[in-house]
Formats: sequence, C-alpha cells, structure tokens
Amino acid sequence: MTYSYYPGCTLKTKAKDLDVYARRAAIALGIELEEIEEWQCCGGVYPLATDEIASKLSSVRALNAAKEKGQDLVTMCSACHHVIKRVNDDMANVSDIQMRANNYMELEEPYQGETSVIHFLELLRDKVGFDKIKEKVVNPLTGRKIGAYYGCLLLRPSKVMAFDNAENPSIMEEFIKAIGATPVVYPLRNECCGGYISLKEEERTQDMVTKIVESAGGAQAESLITACPLCLYNLNKNNSKVDMPVYYFTELLAEALGVKEEVEG
Amino acid sequence: MQRIGVFVCHCGSNIAATVDVEKVVEYAKLEPGVVHAEDYQYMCSEAGQMKIAEAVKDKNLTGIVVCSCSPRMHETTFRNAAKRAGINPYMVEIANIREHCSWIHKDIEEGTEKAVILARAAIAKVNLNAPLEPGESRVTKRALVIGGGIAGIQTALDIADAGYEVDIVEKTPSIGGRMSQLDKTFPTLDCSACILTPKMVEAAAHEKVNIYTYSEVDKVSGFVGDFTVDIKKKARSVDMDKCTGCGVCSEKCPMKKTPSEFNRGLENRSAIYTPFAQAIPNVPVIDRENCIMFKTGKCGVCSKVCQAGAIDYEQQDEIITENYGAIVVATGFDTIKLDDFDEYAYNQSKDVITSLELERVMNAAGPTKGHLERLSDGKAPKEIVFIQCVGSRDVTCRGKEYCSKICCMYTAKHAMLIRDKYPDVNVTVFYIDVRTPGKNFDEFYRRAVEEYQVNYIKGQVGKVMPQADGKLLVQGVDLLDNRQILKEADMVVLATAIEPEAGVRKIATMLTASIDTNDFLTEAHPKLRPVESPTAGVFLSGVCQGPKDIPETVAQAGAAAVKAIGLLAKDKLMTNPCTAKADELLCNGCSTCANVCPYGAITYEEKEINDHGIRENRRVAAVNTALCQGCGACTVTCPSGAMDLQGFSNRQILAEVDAICR
Repeated sequence: MTYSYYPGCTLKTKAKDLDVYARRAAIALGIELEEIEEWQCCGGVYPLATDEIASKLSSVRALNAAKEKGQDLVTMCSACHHVIKRVNDDMANVSDIQMRANNYMELEEPYQGETSVIHFLELLRDKVGFDKIKEKVVNPLTGRKIGAYYGCLLLRPSKVMAFDNAENPSIMEEFIKAIGATPVVYPLRNECCGGYISLKEEERTQDMVTKIVESAGGAQAESLITACPLCLYNLNKNNSKVDMPVYYFTELLAEALGVKEEVEG
Repeated sequence: MQRIGVFVCHCGSNIAATVDVEKVVEYAKLEPGVVHAEDYQYMCSEAGQMKIAEAVKDKNLTGIVVCSCSPRMHETTFRNAAKRAGINPYMVEIANIREHCSWIHKDIEEGTEKAVILARAAIAKVNLNAPLEPGESRVTKRALVIGGGIAGIQTALDIADAGYEVDIVEKTPSIGGRMSQLDKTFPTLDCSACILTPKMVEAAAHEKVNIYTYSEVDKVSGFVGDFTVDIKKKARSVDMDKCTGCGVCSEKCPMKKTPSEFNRGLENRSAIYTPFAQAIPNVPVIDRENCIMFKTGKCGVCSKVCQAGAIDYEQQDEIITENYGAIVVATGFDTIKLDDFDEYAYNQSKDVITSLELERVMNAAGPTKGHLERLSDGKAPKEIVFIQCVGSRDVTCRGKEYCSKICCMYTAKHAMLIRDKYPDVNVTVFYIDVRTPGKNFDEFYRRAVEEYQVNYIKGQVGKVMPQADGKLLVQGVDLLDNRQILKEADMVVLATAIEPEAGVRKIATMLTASIDTNDFLTEAHPKLRPVESPTAGVFLSGVCQGPKDIPETVAQAGAAAVKAIGLLAKDKLMTNPCTAKADELLCNGCSTCANVCPYGAITYEEKEINDHGIRENRRVAAVNTALCQGCGACTVTCPSGAMDLQGFSNRQILAEVDAICR
C-alpha cells in the first residue's frame, strides 16, 4: 500500500513526534508513505471567504501531486486534513473556485477534486483495518485508560469531512481498543480546544481546555490522545488539578507496535 | 374556418407591467382566424366576462383565446363564460402570459415577444379545436377515511351526521391516534382523554360509521365518485364477536418484553395486548412477531385463560373490497428519530426524553403512574431543561426545515404543569423564537413566564453531557445576554420535530395524490383549496397536510368532511371529455397502449373494419371514457399513431409548436 503523504509544517517543527511515530508505525504495518515533493503550508485555517483563491492553491498543488501519481493523499495533522479536504470539496463542487484555481495553476489537465483525501486514522480504520492492527500489536497497552480527544477540525462540517458521527464519534475509541488500551468516553471529547484564540486570549482557551480535561478526568481517563498539534499545545495549558498527559495517537501506536524506540531512518 | 376572439388581460400590473398588452392585441389580429382582439384590465371580472359575451354576439365568434393567468387559475371561469355566451366550453384556450411570462421576465420587450408567441400558439390550437361534450359518471354514496386519530374521527363523524356511510381504516389496534397519548391539551389544560374518548365512543356507536382497526389500505383503483378500495384486515388472532374485553389474556401472557408503542417504549407490554385502557374496540390483538405461540408453537396461555374462547391462532389476513365516492386522508404524524442528534445525548441517557414521552410520564396511566420522575433512577427531578426546535427549523439536513408549529405551545404547557404540580422544580426553556399565534395562545405562554416563573432563555443548546453522578450538564447560549451557559439538570426534554406518519408515501402513491419534499400531502391550492388534494375526490384532514394543533386539526377535519359531503351529495359527476380515442383504421391491436395505461381504461375488441373498401375483422383498441383520465401516455406510446387525445390531439399540439417556432 503506497500513499502520497502530506505532513504539514508543524510536523517538521514542534510536532515532530506526530510525524516520526506515524512513519515508524506505517513501516511496521506495511504502508508506504511517499512524502509529496515541494509541498507548501496548507495555511493552517480553511479560508472561508468564497473569493479567496490564493490561499487555497497550496492545497490544490498537493492534491494535484497525488492525482498525478494516482495515489490517495494521506494527512496527519487535523488542521491540514481539514483545510485540504475542504479545498478538495470546493474543487469538486464549486465551479467558480474550480475555474479560478485552475486558471491560476495552468495545469496540463485541470484539477477537479479527483484525489481522495484520507486522514491517517481513516487509513488505519478503512485500509489497514483495526483488526489487522490488533494482530500486529506486540506491546498491548493493557489496562491504560485513554480518552480520545477529537477536537473539532476532524469532525466538522460533518458533511464535507465525512469522518465520523460528529456528535458521537467512535473511530478513536476503536483505535484505542486496537492497541489494547481501554477507551474512556467522556462528553466533551468533541468540543473545541480554543484553537488559535490561545494566541490572543490565553485565559479563554485555558477555560475551554480545563473543562475538557476535567470532563475526561471525571470519566476516569488517565491520559488523552489527539491528532492535532494545536489541540495538544492548548490541552497542555489547562488549569485543571487533574494530571492528564496528552499524547499524539501515533506515539501510542508506535509504542504498541514496538517501534517507538527505533532509531530514525 | 374558425372565427376567433382574442382577449388580453392586464391583470392589473401583474401582466401589463412586463408585457405590452396593446402590442399583443395588435399582433394577435394578424393571426389566421382571428376576427376580434382586445385588452382589458381584469378579464376575469364581471365586466371582462361581459366583453367576451358581447364579442361572441357581435362578431359571431366560434373560438376564444384568453391571454391571462395560468389555466389552473381561471380556465373554468372563462369556459363557463363561453358556455353562457353560447359557445362550447372546449373552444376556449388560455395563453398563460402571467406565470409563464410576465412574472418570470423583467424586460418588457422580451416579455412582450414571448406573450405574442404564446398567444400565437393558443390561436393555432383553437383553429383546430372541436366542440366536446362531457360524459357522466356515478357517485358512490360512501366515504373512506384513512386514519383513526382525532382528524379521521372528526371527519368521519361529520360525514356520517350528514347521512352518508363512512368507513374508518386505522392501522393500529385502536382508534384514538396521537391525541390519545397526550395528557393535557393547551390552552385550556383539559385532559386529552376526557375530550377524545367520548368522540371515539360516538364514532364506534354511530350507525353510519364502520371502523376497521388493525387494517390498512392495500389497493386503490377508480376515480372521483367511484373508487374501489381493497382494505387489508390484518389477522387479530382474536375473534372480535366473542371477546368480552376482560383483559385476562394480556395479564396472563408470559411474554411481556415488547416495548409498548402507546407508551413510546417507556414500558413493556405483553404479546397479546390492547394498546390502552380506553381502546376502541376493546379487543386485544396478538403481536405475532413477539408471541411465543407463533414463534415456537408452544404456549397457548391466552387461549387457555380466555373464558369466551375468543383466541383464534388460525385467523388469516382478510381483504375487504369496497366502493367509495370520496376518500379522506387523515394519516397524522410521528416525531422524528433522534439518531442524528447525539449532541442531546438522547440515546446516551434515559433522562433525556422527547416531549411526547413526557406526556406519557405525566399521564396517570403512563409508565410512572403520572409521577414526574427520572427514568434512570426514579428520583424526583429538581432541575428540568426543555430544548425547543430539536430537528425543527433545521438547515443541517439532519432534521426538518419547517417549523413543527405545536412545540412552543406544548412546551409552555409542560413547563406550566410541572411548575404547578411541583413548585420546587426549576424549569428552564431554551428557544430560538417563541411562536404562539392562536386564540388565547400568547396569553397562555405569558402565564408560564409571568405566573409560573418558567425561565425562558433565547438560545440553542449545543450539547447535553451526562455526568458520572447521573446529572446532565447542559451547555447552551443566552443570546440576549451574550454569554455561554452551563447548567446542571436532572432531566432534559426535547421538543422533537414532527413528520408525516411513515407509510403516507405509499398511500399517496396508491391515491395518485401528490406529496411535497417533506412527505406532507399537497393541497389543490395552498390558500383557496386547502383541504382538497389535486387528485379529484381525495381530501386532506389533519397533520398529513402540514403541522397543526388539535383545534386546527378538528377545524380542518370538518372542512374536509364538508368537501366530501358536497361530492357525495351529487348523483352524477360530469367527466372530462378530453379522453383518448383510437383511430380504428390505424390501430394494429398491438396492446402497447393498454400496457402503459395507468387507469386500466383501454380494452380490445374484435371488430369489422372497413379499410378503404376492404372489410375485415381486426383487433382494435377501445377506450373506456369513464376510466380515462386524459394523461396522454397511450398517445405517445402508440407506434402507429392511432391513439389521440381529444382536445389535445397530435395535430393541435404540433400546430402550437409550429406557431411557436414560426
């Protein structure tokens, strides 16, 4: 199984772990992730203005690169996934955006949303299969009570993201089961962490993440997993008295597959 | 050659603002056959119709073209005017220069050009029109009412009181419908059962009303005045004549694990059951899917305990065929499923319930005997949160875009009743808007706020979170105060959107009655014919047509009854003469037309045909004009061009097309 892979900027800097552990786990699972060449920052936030074209172009370039290879495009960071998936939806369904982006790109063949964008979690569920992962786990995380923290970018808008039931998701809980741990379902697992508001109004995001952490703690979770660097950054700034370490899901996957300590490369 | 008069209507400014009507008159005069053309401000008015009559007299007209609104609006008006003036009504054609032209164009030149073209087409058709005479068909003096809720019961009683036989077909084991599940009714707070049960009894006792419960409409054929309907009487497994309604069978039935439909699944019922104590008929049914006897062949307890010997495991479904002059649809509603609304935790917590479930909780005959308690632990709640518009006015495609109309009032009712009976319970209502138009409705809502101190918060709830201690954390927003709210509650009640009862689509299809995108049945005219379906002889009663409360439903039920009575009072109906006709010389008897005819109007006969001097026996198509609805399916299917529709012949339609393309 070979896929085009879009890591995104944060995964090269602050969120190296998310990327490194994913790559190790992928090798262990027999998945080849081919990083696309000369990818650019996704922009971090999906441009909501309908006349905004320039900021959608980096996504279109990545999508087209995957299309030219005839591969699905795998993403890792929630924010990148969100932006690229929504731009792809625009390219498939909004003729005005499609036309203007293509005019700008001057591709040999216009891009019309042909590439399928899948998040690494979806890859694990739909292409590899959680059953298969379970079989390959050498180091099951038995007894660990882990809460899935979805945040909002993976789930909403639910029609475009088509990731899981936005109000009652289960994919990360299935993932936690697959690596041998016990998933803890808590009500605030799909609430927003505050996102970029943390740059401007730190207190506000602190309030938000404190509620999330306390909700998870109340349900007896001992740690949280996330797929989003920004969520992890915000969650770690909570004011709660509950001790709640937050991990990238890929780190626990690598640990369960016994490839966490492998030397890079 | 026809002598045609063309009459162009201004429709005030509706047409005249976008169409140069004088120019249309000018151009119409140039068309073949036209001997008179004029325009007038309101052609449909008395004065306008007089102008037509005068022109017929003065100019000896044989055909009329009226350039005006849609024929759906005034074709009958102008046909009647023509008839009074001495012209066959079918010599009138309407050129729709309003809906098809002035209303959809902005540019006057464009509008005028199109109006001229439409007039030209109508003139070309009238040149080929021939007088047609309507036939007659009989009226069966019996009505069918589909659905035995308050709408169906009221319609049936009103028709029966006028002296006509009525059959009610109800799919559940008892009549009564949703109203029988309600505890109290707004705005007077009288008990629902107290006002409904007497009506149920009256219907059952009425000599002109015949009730088929546990039955469904299976097949419908025929047309206005003469429908033939197959009613499937599902096997009750209980002999209705022998049963005394003592209830011992349900009591002794060992299989008591089926969720009670009547109590909205909040408690279980036995496999042999009567839905509720006041059920009519008071005869139980065996739910064969859950009955041990039917599943394993071993049990028979009900049969053993029945003193009357009424249990009949061998009973079969029965088809009853009956003729009706009129059919009233009164199929009602249900609440939507909440599977797509997990943010309210309905599937995650027993203490999150729908308003209809709360009706059962508040009802003395309900699962908690009328005590307000949490369904998870039976504890008395201290904080109750109501959430309005759950799935109503919803643009996320999970719910319904429309307003369910009844929720604001019943939520105010619930809030008030709880505050009245349990003054120590705090009640909060989250709303988008409070909509309480209706007699004594707003006063009712204000009483809830002012007298009963119900805490109304303008804003929606984003999430209901079940907590480890069993409480529910409600996260919402107060839009007037611009702040987020986190509120702990013991119970959450969801004012769930209503939708037409499942199965209405099937019934609509059988009746060829149209339904809208939400599966509500469509009226013949949204303002002027609100209780009639566009299908002649089919009438609409209650929520099947759109959300309604009880007073409105009863009013509409009466209106539907009046329309049905108006039809049943006639001895004969005029039939549409625009029916299909086969040209026997061209017909080769291939049966293609009979195969596509949706009304079964085409048969074949062996006939001696004189084909250009050659006499031979041929098999040719014959149309039963009483059954033919003039849909035209046969005319386009016929490979030899033998089928033609009178009033819409191939020649006439091609003449119109030619005139448009000229």
